[in-house]
Amino acid sequence: MQFMKDRANLIPILQKAQEAEGYLSPQAIAEISQFLDISENDIYSVATFYALFRFTRPGDHIVKVCLGTACHVRGGERILESVERELNIRCGQTTDDFKFSMERVACVGCCALAPVVLVDQDVHSKMTPAKAKEVLARYKTHGEDI
Amino acid sequence: MTFKEIQHHAKAEWEAFANSEKPRIYVGTATCGRSSGALDVLNRIHAEIEQRAIDAHVIEVGCIGCCDAEPLVDIAKRGRPRICYSHVTPEIVPQLVTDYIVNDNPRPDLALCTIGQGEIDGIPNLFALPMFKPQVRIALRNCGYIDPGNINHYIANGGYSGLFKALKMTPEEIIGEIGKSGLRGRGGAGFPTATKWRFCHDAPGTEKYIICNADEGDPGAFMNRSLLESDPHFVLEGMLIGAYAIGATSGYIYCRAEYPLALERLRIALNRMQDYGLLGDNILGSNFSFHIEIEEGAGAFVCGEETAMIRSLEGKRGMPYARPPFPATSGLRGKPTNINNVETWANVSAILQKSGEWFAGYGTERSKGTKTFALAGKVVRTGLIEVPMGIALRQIVYDIGGGIPDGKEFKAVQTGGPSGGCLPASTLDIPVDYEHLAAAGSIMGSGGMIVADSETCMVDLARYFLSFTQAESCGECVLCREGTMQMLEILTDITGGSGKPGDIDLLLELCEAVKSGSLCALGGTAPNPVLTTIRYFREEYEAHVNEKRCPARVCKNLISFYILPEKCAGCLICMRNCPVDAITGGKRMIHVIDQHKCIKCGICLDVCPSRFNAVAKVSGEQPLTPEDPIPVGSWGKTS
Repeated sequence: MQFMKDRANLIPILQKAQEAEGYLSPQAIAEISQFLDISENDIYSVATFYALFRFTRPGDHIVKVCLGTACHVRGGERILESVERELNIRCGQTTDDFKFSMERVACVGCCALAPVVLVDQDVHSKMTPAKAKEVLARYKTHGEDI
Repeated sequence: MTFKEIQHHAKAEWEAFANSEKPRIYVGTATCGRSSGALDVLNRIHAEIEQRAIDAHVIEVGCIGCCDAEPLVDIAKRGRPRICYSHVTPEIVPQLVTDYIVNDNPRPDLALCTIGQGEIDGIPNLFALPMFKPQVRIALRNCGYIDPGNINHYIANGGYSGLFKALKMTPEEIIGEIGKSGLRGRGGAGFPTATKWRFCHDAPGTEKYIICNADEGDPGAFMNRSLLESDPHFVLEGMLIGAYAIGATSGYIYCRAEYPLALERLRIALNRMQDYGLLGDNILGSNFSFHIEIEEGAGAFVCGEETAMIRSLEGKRGMPYARPPFPATSGLRGKPTNINNVETWANVSAILQKSGEWFAGYGTERSKGTKTFALAGKVVRTGLIEVPMGIALRQIVYDIGGGIPDGKEFKAVQTGGPSGGCLPASTLDIPVDYEHLAAAGSIMGSGGMIVADSETCMVDLARYFLSFTQAESCGECVLCREGTMQMLEILTDITGGSGKPGDIDLLLELCEAVKSGSLCALGGTAPNPVLTTIRYFREEYEAHVNEKRCPARVCKNLISFYILPEKCAGCLICMRNCPVDAITGGKRMIHVIDQHKCIKCGICLDVCPSRFNAVAKVSGEQPLTPEDPIPVGSWGKTS
């Protein structure tokens, strides 16, 4: 591991672990606990404080619906609901086939193009419920190719 | 290399580029551009010039701020200004290449503006555009103009000359220069930067830290993202100047993980600095040594607060702690620490490159210089702007923003994000500075500016902000944790149609309690959106509570959708698009919405062709409609 044994590195280590596995598995937490000599409890107390960290396996694609202010006034809530309907899951859940997870985010900083939806790293702007359906359909059929 | 040599080298490269015989193509690839398809455009440009064997420079630049016109591509020919083309698609690229690059027709019909010296018939200059005319670009001066990945572009345009100057001054002189500029913190609170630096400079200790707060967590704000993506060195130079003035040897950039491109460009910038000896030991041959590390945030809004950020950097839960001691005397790892916002650091570079007096020439008596704002929401021209302090809100919304789209009416402008307030039309003529915004009940904040129109419900907007601050409250202070929860419940009741008389006064009481009972600014300012909306839009609250009506027709429980029988043409479109099969009808039959099944998603209203315009969204009224579908044309004849 490229990190020094220093508590200040806890959050970067957690980020790295999540990057590798997509979430923080109990095994990863146990390993980090041993490496930094901090109790697992302590690590969970820090990790659960930050919205970035997940504790269950996410889907192949992570759909993030932005609910920043600009997205909110331009109908972000409707987009959220249409994504929920389309994927048949609620915010924070993962589809049974582990293809999609969905989350809400506070703001991705593309306010001028609101409302926006992120699928993995791609920003889809000026969304409507119909466009959300289209975008998701593309990921459903093409899978990894996009 | 000495700085003079570096400068000479950088200028030679820049001039060779700017005066090149080859055409230059600039593609704006900041996040706004990318989300509009700029990378596809960039790829197409590369493919096109390769295929046609055209010798051209293609570079990526940041964002000039016209987010709604993205993707932007500029083409420049020797001795002529850049021509900026907006809404460029991959399909239009071959046409542009043929017309302007090959046949020398600048296509004024497709151009937005020219950038730089010189004129081209039929195309206005950037600063002649209504959006740019009132602007003064200090922090954003290089954005969209230089390649953010190329340090030579920055240096050739005055970059690091502020640091070079600073290294010949004493720390006291630098702080004095910042004092002369009147610069105040751009992160929101507006504390005088020179005073903050002096505290940290005077604090005893040899180990001191500088932090750049790039944890732009305000929903509706993207000034820092854009600046970091478009001109990272401008921010980094300021950090070096600050570090030298304060006596710090290490610095951190605490940047949101949600900004991957900003992080990438910062990393590239730090590497380039190292190559030139602008970072590390004995910077530019002086005795000054400084190191910078990047820390990615992990998605906690409260970490934008100084003391919470320090805790987070120490690997702990990002919970604020009581001050004093202030970070200036005891911050990161108990050492004196100075935290400034991204924009503040860029302003520091500008001040040292020019002078404190020059900076103080802009703005009002107590608010000097300029401020960047992320203009978004219900406004024609959205984007990133920079205006002199003291400009009227009206000028921002109408002159720069172009007013409200679709002929709708202005209702409010929200400044300062979840810590700020909603200002109504009656405040449009107040000058935008720290004092006037505070007197009106809002704050300058970091620069989010969201425009609301007649279709924005102010109660819903207050509930929205409260839901944000409630979720982001770290839970340390009881009144912030529990108070915001109670406020959110009341607001949810009101918007949900179950508000009770007395709720509004109870909200006001809770606002005062949360304000006074919270340690940090998150709780201390969380009630602002509620207070200002009650102050300026109380009648809207009353309509929700007393009449169970949402005047803006936003709150779901208080609205209904109907298909107007006199307008419905029986075209089946809404019926096919309804996600819950709540619409019955048939070809040439007037469609009817089953109000029990309807989930009020509004898709029927979106898809109803504008020539029919047959779907109505109402609150507190009920249009007459048939109970079951009847043939088109029969409505009113049989009943």
